[in-house]
Amino acid sequence: MTSRRRSEGLAALGFLSPWLIGFAIFTAAPMLISLYLSVTSYNELSAPRYVGGANYQHLIHDPKVAKALTNTLVFAVMYVPTAMAVSLGLAVVLSRVGRLAGFFRTVFYLPVMTPTVAAGALFLLLLNGQRGLVNRALLLIGVHGPNWTTDSAWIKPGLALTLLWGLGGTTVIYLAALQQVPPELYEAAALDGAGSWARFRRITLPMISGALFFTMIVLSIHALQMFDQAYTMFFGAQQNSTYANDAALFYVVYLFQQAFGVLRMGYASALAWLLFAIIVAITSIQVRLSNRFVYYEGGR
Amino acid sequence: MVSLSERAVEESTSAEPARRHQPPMAFGWGKILHLLVLCVASVAFLYPFVWLLSASLKPRTEVFDNSLIPHHWRFANYADLWSYAPVLHWVFNSVVVALAAAITVSFSSALVAFGFAYFRFRLRNLLFGLVLATMMLPGAVTMIPIYLIWHRIGLTGTQVPLWAQNLFGSAFYIFLLRQFFLSIPREFFEAARMDGCSHFGLFWRIAMPLARPALIVVFVFEIQASWTDLLKPLIYLQDPSLYTLPRGLKAVIDTFGNGGEQHWEIIMAASVVATVPLIVLFAFAQRHIMDGIATQAKR
Repeated sequence: MTSRRRSEGLAALGFLSPWLIGFAIFTAAPMLISLYLSVTSYNELSAPRYVGGANYQHLIHDPKVAKALTNTLVFAVMYVPTAMAVSLGLAVVLSRVGRLAGFFRTVFYLPVMTPTVAAGALFLLLLNGQRGLVNRALLLIGVHGPNWTTDSAWIKPGLALTLLWGLGGTTVIYLAALQQVPPELYEAAALDGAGSWARFRRITLPMISGALFFTMIVLSIHALQMFDQAYTMFFGAQQNSTYANDAALFYVVYLFQQAFGVLRMGYASALAWLLFAIIVAITSIQVRLSNRFVYYEGGR
Repeated sequence: MVSLSERAVEESTSAEPARRHQPPMAFGWGKILHLLVLCVASVAFLYPFVWLLSASLKPRTEVFDNSLIPHHWRFANYADLWSYAPVLHWVFNSVVVALAAAITVSFSSALVAFGFAYFRFRLRNLLFGLVLATMMLPGAVTMIPIYLIWHRIGLTGTQVPLWAQNLFGSAFYIFLLRQFFLSIPREFFEAARMDGCSHFGLFWRIAMPLARPALIVVFVFEIQASWTDLLKPLIYLQDPSLYTLPRGLKAVIDTFGNGGEQHWEIIMAASVVATVPLIVLFAFAQRHIMDGIATQAKR
């Protein structure tokens, strides 16, 4: 019996070994290295030089960090709630059209399959202030659209719009959650005379709160690490051109520039840890909130 | 963090088959209004695609005319793109990297997922919690050290770092596949054990064939993730002939965009080339993708 258990244990170890090795090489070791680099000055060419807390001190006073942080947070606040609200709206409508939902669901999901760089290039044109499609469409309802890609006040809303085009994934998640709400609940509520808003507020929202919470966390983490579209549209060779790219300086863009552009890898590592701390803080606030609002089946 | 992942575990193991209900097909104003909303939304989602395709076939001066059908068709944009940039190389590179990434990650993640699903050992829940916790770790934290590791091995400047990490499994896919393996009745495995099947045999001959739908989901998700990845090629590739499509497209944007010669029709043609393969993939794997995403709702 014991030898059998031992062989089971060895077999289990065998199956887990890819992950264990990968975890050691690509997660645990990098975290330690990163922690070490963050207290050094390192440019890849000469050996890391210990500088104590200097990187972290510098980071507090670096106006670019403040800029990048504000940009990123403002963007997340714009994008996450909008994406959730629009997705939920679409999903609710989808859940009421029966079998046709499958077709529309596919349509809404198509933009998710577009490579982020292609979406960035496309929206750079669609959002063009003078001749872009978005402003043409706005003109139809009598609105003069802003210069989405050059006016620093409108660059972040423009980027949010670019990402919102790909909200189909969230919509599909919500639709799946809505389809799992037992119809008896609505029937009972209707018998009790609850109106449609009351039913949505008291039944739908609590029953899909798990999905709402899950997407809120995923979308937030995604938004805080925004890179592809911002970099595609406003950085690279265009960096020296007329762009007001300070408004598009997102945190990971700045981190990338520091690490691989000017090779300040020690400083960039400190930047990475600040981002980690921020993400952990925001996520744990969200988890705490969820304990109050999220309904888990089986009474938790 | 830990409480979150534990909850995910609990939720996933207690997942029951989805209860789908079709609302009664009542035709009325409400239904027409709903369909109207969906049609308007569909136009908003689809129009950019049509615009993109159309712009890629217009002469330079007409890119911004916003007409759906080009006044003058210019298929030569694609030929121009071909002559300006090694696009065929990029397509080929993207295919190779995406396949390598998807094949390795499907196999390794399944292996690990089976380990977590079949065996009972001490520390199992703790280890699985750790797997889930790594999902929360922002890529930015490990980006620089992982680059330095590849640099030390001498593989920066090659495509290996774009996929080789997938040899070791990926947390989200491990989670997804474990859930699937758990749904296989244990008697299947016990019967096979009685017949003298090895542990690897259980995995390879019983679990894997049954898990085909889940494996397709993982495979397709990873093809998409690899195909659209910009950051890694930016970090690791300098030689344009090694670029994948997103990195190549970025180079085309840099050359022909605002900083450069303002040939937007070329950029649109390159964007079409980068996008079409994924749309085709989606057409084939649509149902699997939708099911894969829907499982996330149960977490």
